[in-house]
Amino acid sequence: MKAARITADGLYRAALGGAVALVFVVVALIVFEAARGSGLSIRTFGLGFLTSTAWDPVSEKFGALPYIYGTVVSSALALLLAVPLGIGSAVYLAEIAPRRVGAIVSFVIELLAAIPSIVYGVWGFFVLAPWLRTAIEPWLIAHVGFVPLFRGYPFGIGMLNAAIVLSIMVVPTIVSISREVLLSTPRSLREAALALGATPAEAIGVALDAARPGILGAVILALGRALGETMAVTMVIGNTNRISASLLDPAATMASIIANEFTEATTPLYISSLIEIALVLFAITIVVNGAARVLVYWATGGRRSAAALA
Amino acid sequence: MNIRRKTLHLMALGLAAAGLMLGALGPAVQAGPATTTLTGAGATFPYPIYSKWFDMYHQKTGIEINYQSIGSGGGIQQVKAGTVDFGASDAALSDARLKEMPRRVLHFPTVAGAVVMAYDLPSLKQPLHLTSDVIAGIYMGQITTWNDKRVAAANPGVALPAAPILPVHRSDGSGTTNIFTTYLSAVSGPWKEMVGANTSVSWPVGIGGKGNEGVSGLVRQTQGSIGYIELAYAKQNRLPVAHVRNKSGSFVEPTLASTTAAAEGASPLLAKDVRTPIVNSSAPTAYPICGLTFLLVYQDQKDPAKGHALATFIDWAIHEGQDVAASLDYARLPEAVVKVNEMTLRKLTVAGKPLLADR
Repeated sequence: MKAARITADGLYRAALGGAVALVFVVVALIVFEAARGSGLSIRTFGLGFLTSTAWDPVSEKFGALPYIYGTVVSSALALLLAVPLGIGSAVYLAEIAPRRVGAIVSFVIELLAAIPSIVYGVWGFFVLAPWLRTAIEPWLIAHVGFVPLFRGYPFGIGMLNAAIVLSIMVVPTIVSISREVLLSTPRSLREAALALGATPAEAIGVALDAARPGILGAVILALGRALGETMAVTMVIGNTNRISASLLDPAATMASIIANEFTEATTPLYISSLIEIALVLFAITIVVNGAARVLVYWATGGRRSAAALA
Repeated sequence: MNIRRKTLHLMALGLAAAGLMLGALGPAVQAGPATTTLTGAGATFPYPIYSKWFDMYHQKTGIEINYQSIGSGGGIQQVKAGTVDFGASDAALSDARLKEMPRRVLHFPTVAGAVVMAYDLPSLKQPLHLTSDVIAGIYMGQITTWNDKRVAAANPGVALPAAPILPVHRSDGSGTTNIFTTYLSAVSGPWKEMVGANTSVSWPVGIGGKGNEGVSGLVRQTQGSIGYIELAYAKQNRLPVAHVRNKSGSFVEPTLASTTAAAEGASPLLAKDVRTPIVNSSAPTAYPICGLTFLLVYQDQKDPAKGHALATFIDWAIHEGQDVAASLDYARLPEAVVKVNEMTLRKLTVAGKPLLADR
């Protein structure tokens, strides 16, 4: 290519292309480094690493199952709490509340997203935990203790606490994106629904249906944050490598075990196992994101939406 | 950068030559060159006193010491990779770990620390008394209520509640956990066999809190709980701590003095191998759950100026430096352990030649 043919347009394209390529390079390097670092652990434990519940740094036997379980269950529970709350708030702010109230309240909700996770952790530890321990958990044990989910001892910290803290952390993501998406759906949709004799609630249903791909995108983003959240969860989940059916019992997540043990891990196999946990977390994030994409595609009947790519 | 390094190198050579000449005249324990900068990395437990020492030593001699408290594991890694001039670890290196090192590594204990049993039993008016059997039993899940007869036997005449015991442990890898599990392994055969000693272990029971603040937070919030934390942290936060029965049968309060006594009691063994754990000391006034924290230094130093600066710093830290230990709630080294360090210092060489002349 001759120098004279390099146009501003071409440079612009090359710069943008380079930026995108850089993202791919970074992701590829992360995977490469994690795979290289976990080589020793993969060779030693093989696939058994994923199914073993042992985590014993003394005898150097490592397995990731309790942490995989903790990550998946705490994130799923967090979404279970946060999705109805988040979408409900978004509908109110976008459809029902007066414009000015909506703008002010969503500003406050977005502020929540800017709070550092350690602050949520401290709150979960010093405010939520005593409350769960003295009020909520004893009640759960006394009244619904016949369900294995609510059996055990009221520690205050554990899976339930972690799920609640996580859900508060991801609600702002769901609310603010869902609200934007709802506001961007055409007014004519609601007007048409009302004109056809729909009640106001049914008209909101029509708008929600149109906003579905964007809302699912918001939930995926929230899930991503919940899966990777480290500091707040470490402070409130209780950090034991036991899998328990009860939500009141302590547990641990993949991110929390890395945060807890990486600094003082001294032997090569120990370090390698912790890096393999990071690799597994990466893989799970990819699988979950992929599954969510498929879900969006399926839910929208193949409609494309910019928000769904979030 | 490169030029600066070269200049430093030249200066170092010049100063080393000067040092050699001085060495012939008097004791070689002199301040190193004013521009020498040492870097170290490792344990977080001694960080407060190390940063105080580095600051004091910088003011005294102009030698700058940068220390990253990234954890013992990271410190050992960096020593192995040769990216730092010294490492710091709360746990002594095992024989296997020492063999992995490219060159011979020496251990210098700097201060001692104790691990205390904090608990939350509001009805208790006097300090709880614990024996090694009771502590091991609680953390193995064999003693589950406070009015268990084994707990009662250690606390005659004390009304213990019928409440369940909630054992709390550190969730993060730490030197504190290493001292505590080393103690349990020393006093309990079943513990040694089932769990063992390390910076983190597979706990049979209990819940984990992150850091001293996480454990003490859980203990303070939860009635009937018990947890192990650093003595310094318990003192600064005025937590009730248990008196623990030592090897010679007396219940000892954890204090700086009883911690130093533990190191004193272990000093004959430390003279043979400074890595010997000082837990469960046989000295009558010793608190049994104690440990030393170490600097890790290559025996043969490559850079004369740095090697000299490092040796003089260690020499200062184990003598004058000990006077500030108590103000930061670390237990000072007993004289016998200082002697052990002096012996080790004499082993330091640069290019095969002794670094420090005899004092």
